[in-house]
Amino acid sequence: MEATQTTPVKYNMEVVRWFTVAAAIYAVMGTLLGVWIASELAWPFLNFDIPELTFGRLRPLHTNAVIFAFGGCALMGTGFYMVQRTGSTPLWSNGLAWFTFWGWNLIIVLAVITLPLGMSQGKEYAELAWPIDILIAIVWLSFGLNHIMTVAIRKTSHIYVSNWFTMGMIIMITYLHVVNSLAIPVSLTKSYSIYAGVQDAMIQWWWGHNAVGFYLTGGFLGIMYYFVPKQAGRPIFSYRLSVLHFWALTFGYVWLGAHHLQYTALPDWTGSLGAAVSLAMIIPSWGGAMNGMMTLSGAWDKLRTDYIMRFLVVSLAFYAMSTFEGPVMSIKTVNALSHYTDWTIGHVHSGALGWMAMVAYGAMYHMIKKLYGVEKMYSEELVNIHFWLATIGTVVYVVAMWVSGIMQGLMWRDYDEYGTLSYTFVESVSAMHPYYAMRAIGGMIFNLGTWIALYNIVMTVRQANAARRNTAVPANT
Amino acid sequence: MSDHDKIYSTKFQDKIERSTILMFIMTAIAVAVGGIVEIVPLFYLPNTAMIGKDGTFNGTAHKDAKGNIVSMDKIVWNPATSDHKTLEDWQPGDGVRPYKPLELAGRAIYIREGCYLCHSQMIRPFRDEKDRYGHYSIAEESMYDHTYQWGSKRTGPDLARVGGKYSDEWHRRHLKYPRAVVQESVMPNYFWLEKMPVNVAETIQTMKVMTMMPFNPVPKTIYTDAYLNDAKTQLEGKTDMDALIAYLQSMGNHIKFEEGVNYRD
Repeated sequence: MEATQTTPVKYNMEVVRWFTVAAAIYAVMGTLLGVWIASELAWPFLNFDIPELTFGRLRPLHTNAVIFAFGGCALMGTGFYMVQRTGSTPLWSNGLAWFTFWGWNLIIVLAVITLPLGMSQGKEYAELAWPIDILIAIVWLSFGLNHIMTVAIRKTSHIYVSNWFTMGMIIMITYLHVVNSLAIPVSLTKSYSIYAGVQDAMIQWWWGHNAVGFYLTGGFLGIMYYFVPKQAGRPIFSYRLSVLHFWALTFGYVWLGAHHLQYTALPDWTGSLGAAVSLAMIIPSWGGAMNGMMTLSGAWDKLRTDYIMRFLVVSLAFYAMSTFEGPVMSIKTVNALSHYTDWTIGHVHSGALGWMAMVAYGAMYHMIKKLYGVEKMYSEELVNIHFWLATIGTVVYVVAMWVSGIMQGLMWRDYDEYGTLSYTFVESVSAMHPYYAMRAIGGMIFNLGTWIALYNIVMTVRQANAARRNTAVPANT
Repeated sequence: MSDHDKIYSTKFQDKIERSTILMFIMTAIAVAVGGIVEIVPLFYLPNTAMIGKDGTFNGTAHKDAKGNIVSMDKIVWNPATSDHKTLEDWQPGDGVRPYKPLELAGRAIYIREGCYLCHSQMIRPFRDEKDRYGHYSIAEESMYDHTYQWGSKRTGPDLARVGGKYSDEWHRRHLKYPRAVVQESVMPNYFWLEKMPVNVAETIQTMKVMTMMPFNPVPKTIYTDAYLNDAKTQLEGKTDMDALIAYLQSMGNHIKFEEGVNYRD
């Protein structure tokens, strides 16, 4: 295919190493916070009467830690890795990449300080105070500029599909973050959105759903399109399907946010339009999932021995499942039951744990081996244990939330034979207790897996560094 | 013909894939369309509670039991036409009004404590929600809510019409130790709110900011200079607990809804 390289390209991989290890650390922190707040709902004494530890203040920290700390480091690390490798070129600016790394980590530290102190803008997944929002915009643009310029200086003729998805994410997240965060400050840590009511709700869910669509889906699909073929040792099943997948998602996903506002004061047409496009999105989403899965055709036996491949394949199964569940939940009749319940939380976690975290870990394990020039992880067996803990943890979590969500929805709308409501609200709360406990346990199982992954990654890095010190030949990256 | 020149898809797609700038532009256009179609009309279509620059109002038409359209003056409080001319004189049923200083301070606490993560403020038009919470929420009721607080999850009940449902004392006891009032509750204790004085300067600054908003600002005829000066006296000596209760008690009783509206089962 490509012209053979006469001299090896010197890639800038040190920054990718740091992003990868940081992602492994933030995955532990983010899911640990999740386990903590899940336990608070099951056993409220865990709030400990300390304002900084209450559910309302830690929940934004959990979502921000998982999405922006873990997800962000995984996306930026893999983004810089893929764009260099697919373009046979080092980064446009290695210095700027380090600015992105330290800037992003500074944002995470600021989030850890400000969110427990209650410095929130009150918008889900966009809680951070306005000065941090400005910092996010700057650091995000530094990542975007570097990525796009590296695409521009590539040595290959075509831009690889992974980089389309990353570019789509960069552009869309810039739009979303800027428009949704527009606010007038009251103080250094407090501001109020310039939008109100209906308009604010629509803009918020345009942001909220596309953070899912372009960041947690688009960005991670970029990972899928590179690492699944690499790990399988086979080209992607269908190039044409990937073209369709990309353009359909890029154009279509944007419309979905309105389905979060069914039956609210938002005009009816907006929610219906959002739901209609949501249903249409099943086709490209499943096309993409099949594209990844079928890449393995003829090499399915690898699943028996290749634990990293297991992560990637199961992530695709969860991707397919979630992208079917989501459109179903956007249908008005289903939404009438599912909205405001734990079903939504379950749906988010089948995406975030089952799809996003699994595909990220598959990519991280693959990268660690390449980045440190080792044949095997410190312990391949631990990769397998992590895989099973992650899968079982996710399934326990999601099943608990399905049951509790549907039960909540049914209890709220149930009438007795005299035409009065069967249950008080608090009866639905106490009925949730066993499922909240089960959810916390599912989260714990998943969290245990992230500790094992971190240990395995750190030990692999240490072993590789020790081996490098003991040999005269410099390892190539 | 080498592999490099072979076109595997269409000519246009191939051209895009070879050009960074073309890929950037096409993607930037593709991702912009959906948002424009769904968001921009909400700034001028009816039923969106948006006050236009020319003073027009895209309100929601409501009919009473007899089928007569309810005057918009009864939906959104207008001091010019109402019998009650100031925020202090305003009575429930006069229509949606901006927040009083203490309520605004309470709203900041509602946001700070992340109440929106477990409580919604948006009642849907279903029979069970009517029986449980009251009339469904309409766009006007959050028109002054910069950062809407509709929420997305009901770990606790909806609060859109909690105003006047319980006494101040009930709220105080419940907020301090929820399980002392409702045994099965999973809400954190908020007794420490009683020890925290309201941030007076920030609340007055918030009132000023609310009049400067580009969309649906609070009219300066309501937040007059005199009213802003007076706000300090209303806030001094109050705690975060007082403020939060004032906010909760202000919710959902602004409009007097007519009976006889049809609900979905």
